[in-house]
Amino acid sequence: MDYSQFLMMPQELGLLVVFLLVFLFDTFMPKKSLGALPVFTSVLFGAFTLANYFLLARGTAFSGMFETSATTFVMKAILNIGMLIVLVQSIKWSNSEFQAVRRGEYYELLLTTLFGMYLMISARHFLLFVIGLETASLPLAALVAFNKNRYESHEAAAKYMFTAIFSSAIFMLGLSFVYGLTGSMYFGDIAARVLAGGNSVLLITALAFVIAGVGFKLSLVPFHLWTADVYQGAPTAVTSYLSVISKGAAAYAFLIILVQVFGSVYSAAWEWMLYALIVLTITLGNLFAIRQRNIKRFLAFSSISQAGYIMLGVVAANELGLASLMFYVLVYIVSNLAAFGVVSAIENYSGKVSIDDYNGLYKTNPRLAFTMMLAMFSLAGIPPFAGFFSKFFIFVGALETGSVAIYVLVLIALINTIVSLYYYLLVVKAMFIRQDDCIIPTFKSACSERIAMTACTLGIILIGIASCIYTFLVEAANADNLIFGLLK
Amino acid sequence: MEITMLMYLIPSLIMFGCGVYGFITRKNMIAILISLELMLNSVDINFTVFNRYLFPGQMEGMMFTLFAIGIAAAETALAIAIVINVFRAVKKVDIRELTKMKF
Repeated sequence: MDYSQFLMMPQELGLLVVFLLVFLFDTFMPKKSLGALPVFTSVLFGAFTLANYFLLARGTAFSGMFETSATTFVMKAILNIGMLIVLVQSIKWSNSEFQAVRRGEYYELLLTTLFGMYLMISARHFLLFVIGLETASLPLAALVAFNKNRYESHEAAAKYMFTAIFSSAIFMLGLSFVYGLTGSMYFGDIAARVLAGGNSVLLITALAFVIAGVGFKLSLVPFHLWTADVYQGAPTAVTSYLSVISKGAAAYAFLIILVQVFGSVYSAAWEWMLYALIVLTITLGNLFAIRQRNIKRFLAFSSISQAGYIMLGVVAANELGLASLMFYVLVYIVSNLAAFGVVSAIENYSGKVSIDDYNGLYKTNPRLAFTMMLAMFSLAGIPPFAGFFSKFFIFVGALETGSVAIYVLVLIALINTIVSLYYYLLVVKAMFIRQDDCIIPTFKSACSERIAMTACTLGIILIGIASCIYTFLVEAANADNLIFGLLK
Repeated sequence: MEITMLMYLIPSLIMFGCGVYGFITRKNMIAILISLELMLNSVDINFTVFNRYLFPGQMEGMMFTLFAIGIAAAETALAIAIVINVFRAVKKVDIRELTKMKF
């Protein structure tokens, strides 16, 4: 075996080095210095994120099972940015009294799931993809159960674990049919045989199973029932990870599978399945978000409807769609992490998680209220902030296809944006206008939390305006236009 | 009598159906876990049979089955750990107890 092919996976190797160093630090350093572990991990991961930009290997490894290309590189870099913010955000929480004994496990599990997501993104063979998917979702179940003192954490973990196994069983059943039809697990080989064999009924059934399996991970609507409970029950640091990083990785992998493997049956099979999923996801996510009182459940339903918008980039199935999908994930990462940063700062201080508790927050903690307001504006898509640009680009990418059906879909998405404005502004209204007797008192959030929130705020303001970012993403997507070979 | 591919596929699909049925109707978390295991194992049978009958010249399906068995074992181990955690909290393994968070 040619060991030099491992050089084709530099980002995975880099992450593995970070993981091993954190593990060794946690195992062999004296007890007294373990308090420095969260900072050590954050600094190390920050260095890795920077070093990432110099790891320029491109190509395939293991006879085509694994591919590093321009877009996988960019996607991993985007996930790294989100991961870094999550790490910095959770420094205070992981050093708190109850978590201090287990903080090593927290960081190790977090890095392991990120490794799984890397594999999902780069896999070009279904075996590697399934391994990546499981490596990403199993440690997450352990992380959801992390808060041993809270009952909700266990309940959320049980719900997450059962639905995760159920969805991966359905996914693998779909894969077994795909294998029976085509005799290969390589994306390229399957695509060639699907193209030659046309679309049989069994293929469409298999495709529906595959879409259902990945839809569970992305929490698209008929498969979303676990999302709100898990988001509410999990520790807030884990929730913020779950809502942005794992969703971003799954969205990119979903696009690759649908376009690169089943691209030849686009209009015959999956365009309409996705169409229905998107309409349901955006609409139901919005309607359920309106009636939530718990801020974490509220953000869960908001993230469900955001996943619907991300799927617009998949159904577009062109380079612009891919670029705007990546851009949307980046913007969604900073906006959602800003919101979760405020939520976790307030929860760490006072333990309050209801929207009503935020009444009058502006009076006592104007900076937190301001950050939350920017996050809500960005998630809703109000013009000067990044969220507006990401929604704009994803609509443009979808409209590029030129079919009337997609025009109607974009119209439905636009109407839903207005609905979402209502409930995002409810939070802003609570903070700025409504008054209450028991306002959260003025407090000083930890230094690490402030760093993370400042980074997110800068991201919300700058990412949309700095147009070079989107141009860069479009260039990366154009460099990878072979992905869309089947559709042309 | 010759044994054809369908004779494997139909039991395997029935097994999968039983797994889905059990997942939805069972109240005991361990029973739910057994149902999930049925589903995963029926997928393994599918892969092996497809490989053996349709593509006897290669080993891809068999390899996938091996990995799937390993992954299923890891999933079960973690799920049992979580069930034990829930049991410590509520002293039951009844799924109907997990109703603190809804809607």
